[in-house]
Amino acid sequence: MTFWERNQLKLAPFLFLAPAILIFLIYVIYPIIDSIWVSFHEWNGFDKNGIRSNGNPNWRWVGLQNYITVFFDDEEFYTSFFNNIRWLIFSFIAIPIGLLLALFVNQQIAGMRYIKSLFYFPFVISSVVIGMIFTWFYNPRYGALAFVLNFFGLDPIPVLADESLATYGIIIASLFPGIAYTMILYITGLTGVNREIIEAGRIDGATGFTMLWHIILPQLKAVTLICIVVTIVGSLRSFDLIAVMTAGGPWGSTEVLAYKVFRESLFNYRMGYGAAIATILFLIMDIYIIWFLIRLYKNERSEK
Amino acid sequence: MFSTLFATTITSAGTLVVNSDQSGGAAKEGFNSYVDAFRVAHPEVTVVVQEFEKEAYKTQARNFLTAEAPDVMTWYAGARMKFFVDQGLFLDVSDVWADAGLNDSLGSSKSSSTVDGKQYGVPWSYYQIGVYYRKDIFDNLGLNVPKNWEEFKTVCAMLKKNDIIPITIGTKAPWPTAAWFDYINLRTNGYEFHMDVTAGKVSWEDPRLDAVFAAWRELIEPGYFLENHPSFSWQEGQAPQINGEAAMYLIGNFYVKAFEKAGVGDKMDFFQFPTIVEGVANAEDAPTNTMHIPSGAKNVEDAKKFLAFMSNKEAATNWAKLRGVLSTNKYADKPTNRFSVMGFEMLSAADNIAQFFDRDSNPDMASAAMMGFQEFMVKPDREVKIRARLEKERERIHGSL
Repeated sequence: MTFWERNQLKLAPFLFLAPAILIFLIYVIYPIIDSIWVSFHEWNGFDKNGIRSNGNPNWRWVGLQNYITVFFDDEEFYTSFFNNIRWLIFSFIAIPIGLLLALFVNQQIAGMRYIKSLFYFPFVISSVVIGMIFTWFYNPRYGALAFVLNFFGLDPIPVLADESLATYGIIIASLFPGIAYTMILYITGLTGVNREIIEAGRIDGATGFTMLWHIILPQLKAVTLICIVVTIVGSLRSFDLIAVMTAGGPWGSTEVLAYKVFRESLFNYRMGYGAAIATILFLIMDIYIIWFLIRLYKNERSEK
Repeated sequence: MFSTLFATTITSAGTLVVNSDQSGGAAKEGFNSYVDAFRVAHPEVTVVVQEFEKEAYKTQARNFLTAEAPDVMTWYAGARMKFFVDQGLFLDVSDVWADAGLNDSLGSSKSSSTVDGKQYGVPWSYYQIGVYYRKDIFDNLGLNVPKNWEEFKTVCAMLKKNDIIPITIGTKAPWPTAAWFDYINLRTNGYEFHMDVTAGKVSWEDPRLDAVFAAWRELIEPGYFLENHPSFSWQEGQAPQINGEAAMYLIGNFYVKAFEKAGVGDKMDFFQFPTIVEGVANAEDAPTNTMHIPSGAKNVEDAKKFLAFMSNKEAATNWAKLRGVLSTNKYADKPTNRFSVMGFEMLSAADNIAQFFDRDSNPDMASAAMMGFQEFMVKPDREVKIRARLEKERERIHGSL
């Protein structure tokens, strides 16, 4: 027997995985390591051997200086960080609303299929379009919100121009596609709910909320976990809506970490500093990813 | 992205790749007219134009300059150009200036393309920034064009009393705030001092800037600016004036096309920013747009032809005319649009020309400062805090004084 014939069964899976692993290493792992390396330097993104107009080299080792500046000398970092936390907390609203909508549209009524697709529509349209729609909606002079408030004799609320409201205004816009996405996840989950258990529950007298809480929801546990993870990751990488709706304004009050990374590295030519913030964001995300993997691992073990 | 890939695959001898931020509407039309005229004059050159959205272009320029440089690119004069020149990313094109007679035809804009005595680009347009106002509203209320700061404030007060928004502005992208800082500083402390501020040679806590923020505050505190202006882009800021609800707008001449299209061209007029301190020489903001050859250009020979073509007076005239700006070529036909004529006369009489805050400053400093201006225009009480923050940024970027 040749070497190949002897080890075919053991080697085949690795060969099949090889292309994916290779691409993953080049496009995911390498950039992560490279970003961490860049974060220990001061770099303006130009030729590493070049000299700046002030005499300093373009690329210079600064050790932990970027991290020290981030934590001790940058108020904007904390503004962005707390905005991220706001996003994290308030994005969760999408999950119960998505569940309610899923229960609502999961009925055998004529035409329900069209209503379903209407509710799903926000997830299909580009977030730039959603951002524009909500920007117009909030427009304090000509927007629909101002029109409604005016109808009730109230003054318009400049949602996106008010530093204490703007972030919430954008989060509400993000719920629009977020709810649609969790709804579709729950609809698929509901098709897998065991009818016999529902029947059994009904015989035992469970209805309404009791039925939902004790019989339906436990069966949707796996879907709920995915919803939570998708929502968390989505909220941490929120960027497009902010760019479209406020560009981080007014005066930087709606910036989140991802947006700050973009502005510092690409607009302000501070690659090293941007990379340091990206690394911090990466570590924060890791906490959730590890938590998710542990949950997943435990679930699979208990199923066996 | 696809256009970049496409262009690289077809690049061959005689192909000229031009990156342009002249996108959409009048800008694109103007640029295309220049390219078409060039194609007719130089049929041996295949011009490939890669068009970018204006704001995205500012962040992508560095990427394509270091990775896949085009043969020609549009850009801005002043500090924005010098930044790339210092990095060795633009070619010295002094020979184009000498050979194509640009020293004569573009002589008045030469300094804006010069670093250490060498030219690194060819300017193709400039335009004035000043106050566009509703003449019909002024006439109805019996108001005259204000010549100095006291008159300006009186006009604002009168407008406000008659339920007209005195000044409209849209600061969602905060650059329109910088026009106010530029002009108040230029009229209070003069051109030299203003250039020192933008070059980072003056502390943001310098007492000479107190007067600037104080004068600005005189307009902010009585509520002369459009309310909630951070909600609106500069284009959305036009609406109140076009609807006749607001009277004045401090903005560039590129605004003219919009209000003429909206049908209120005959109700609009223009005046120069009023005097604040008597005896300070008049300097104006007049941003200059330029073309450059990146150091990484593959087809330098044809790129030089493209830049030298600016000496062609018809091509130069058409571009500026379609774009609604003033041509840098002195042999180009004189502008006919009355706003361009007023701008041309104002700028010809100016003692000095500044580019614009974000073109005269380091990009990093400009972005922090304009964010600070935006905050000041809504929360003037935070002046001390804002200026302290800007000074910290300035020190990080330009070093301590």
